[in-house]
Amino acid sequence: MSVDATTVRRIAHLARIAVTEAEVPHLQGELNAMLAFVEQLSEVNIDGVEPMTSVTPMEMKKRADVIDDGEIPDDIVGNAPETQNHFFLVPKVVE
Amino acid sequence: MTDLTSLTIAEAREGLASKSFTSLELTDAHLGAMEAARSLNAFVLETPDQARAMARAIDAKIAKGEGGPLAGIPLGIKDLFATKDVRTTACSKILGNFVPPYESTVTSQLWRDGAVMLGKLNNDEFAMGSSNETSCFGPVVNPWRREGSNTTLVPGGSSGGSASAVAALLCMGATATDTGGSIRQPAAFTATVGVKPTYGRCSRWGIVAFASSLDQAGPIARTVRDSAILMRSMAGHDPKDTTSVDIAVPDYEAAIGRSVKGMKIGIPKEYRLDGMPAEIEKLWTEGAAWLKAAGAELVEVSLPHTKYALPAYYIVAPAEASSNLARYDGVRYGLRVPGRSIGELYENTRAEGFGDEVRRRVMIGTYVLSAGYYDAYYLRAQKVRTLIKKDFENCFAKGVNAILTPATPSAAFGVGEKGADPVEMYLNDIFTVTVNMAGLPGIAVPAGKDAQGLPLGLQLIGRPFDEETLFSLGEIVEQAAGRFTPPRWW
Repeated sequence: MSVDATTVRRIAHLARIAVTEAEVPHLQGELNAMLAFVEQLSEVNIDGVEPMTSVTPMEMKKRADVIDDGEIPDDIVGNAPETQNHFFLVPKVVE
Repeated sequence: MTDLTSLTIAEAREGLASKSFTSLELTDAHLGAMEAARSLNAFVLETPDQARAMARAIDAKIAKGEGGPLAGIPLGIKDLFATKDVRTTACSKILGNFVPPYESTVTSQLWRDGAVMLGKLNNDEFAMGSSNETSCFGPVVNPWRREGSNTTLVPGGSSGGSASAVAALLCMGATATDTGGSIRQPAAFTATVGVKPTYGRCSRWGIVAFASSLDQAGPIARTVRDSAILMRSMAGHDPKDTTSVDIAVPDYEAAIGRSVKGMKIGIPKEYRLDGMPAEIEKLWTEGAAWLKAAGAELVEVSLPHTKYALPAYYIVAPAEASSNLARYDGVRYGLRVPGRSIGELYENTRAEGFGDEVRRRVMIGTYVLSAGYYDAYYLRAQKVRTLIKKDFENCFAKGVNAILTPATPSAAFGVGEKGADPVEMYLNDIFTVTVNMAGLPGIAVPAGKDAQGLPLGLQLIGRPFDEETLFSLGEIVEQAAGRFTPPRWW
């Protein structure tokens, strides 16, 4: 399989990465090189094989449903580019 | 006094205990070496004030007969580990000036045991790379050079800063992380020892995530013993990481010198690649002979799905990366590039903040997870991963204790020599990536030099949670091959 220019723009949008028109052909070439490389997996017989979900056989750990952290709003917004009164600021979302 | 920076951790531990020198003296010696080696670009942040404060505090403890297993030992920390109040960037522009208000579990255990932090080490951006050339801080320089040449070589990656700093005697050991070979490949390129523990052995909490089902922290050090000393402090159960395993941490150092008589060492025929350089082949044969001389039994084994590990990895790892890196949105931390809408803000921030390799992997990961392609790519790759793991299980079920392979298909290459074709760069990890796909432990040990005088390493792959056998076998290789130190030119 290979991707065309339209698909490259669609993937970039899905990944939320702005891509200029001038970058599309180059990215298309790179993505197609990677897809050509992974193409060899199609020759493996995977009939009846379970997909891996956990590389170490272990039971899913569950923590106790208790509050063990909190009251640290200064820490939480401390690295944010723009904040006001412990809120993260973003461009207007609702008109 | 001998040059303090040339001591091993084990030697420094003795010197500190017998009061031959203080941690402050040891720390100052390393801070001086770091300053003199800035041209290597191994450190992206030096923390001399914090280092001296930590050294003074531990000296006071040592004087009272306290301290811990790593009391007073100065270490470098890969910039993928969150360090409280100390800038942590994963060497990406998108994290900008991120200063974590928390400490990663692995580094907190090092400080608990008395280690001293010298600074943060360079790595490929988000640990995506095999040459440390994708870092937003620029490439790291390998202290090794080809004989009679001034060509600047890469230290490997993604833990290139860790490997370069340890090899150049800038720190006594370093933390590193390994998703497809990022500890073992740079260790092999710099004649250092690198350990990738079993998945779940070290907590991933507080380490910037790349591909969560493959990422594992481990040490880079100058000797097998030193790597065992560091492993004991880094390993352990952490309730904050649900994939961290709740089993006791053995005294890894005690495994060194243990007899390997009667152990079965697998030599996988699929690792004998067409066109493999004769010197890699020779190194591998020599390594096998050393283990045999120590009483181990060599057996040929087959890992039939080996060739599919790298292509499967380049679906699984980017898929997980695309999901993990979705958090970098310009809102909660890091870089923010304005836009007219929230969507534009995301897109502009991520376009500006991610480097080429990261963008490429996020995009391929997004594609293989997208509707209509998930089954053909991601699900198929996860099934192939099951087969890769099964290969190893079959081999261990036949009584094989460990597997011996070359660590890399070549010695270090020049800065800018590879990378025009991303797939060519990816082939660096051909011998190491299977281990991550199967969640196994692996160690890279320096074993010789190529015709140009550059170090080469061997890899030992172990059974799950049997790092001890790797330390026993690794030390035999180390004893036979000797240690390698780059001549100082910087």
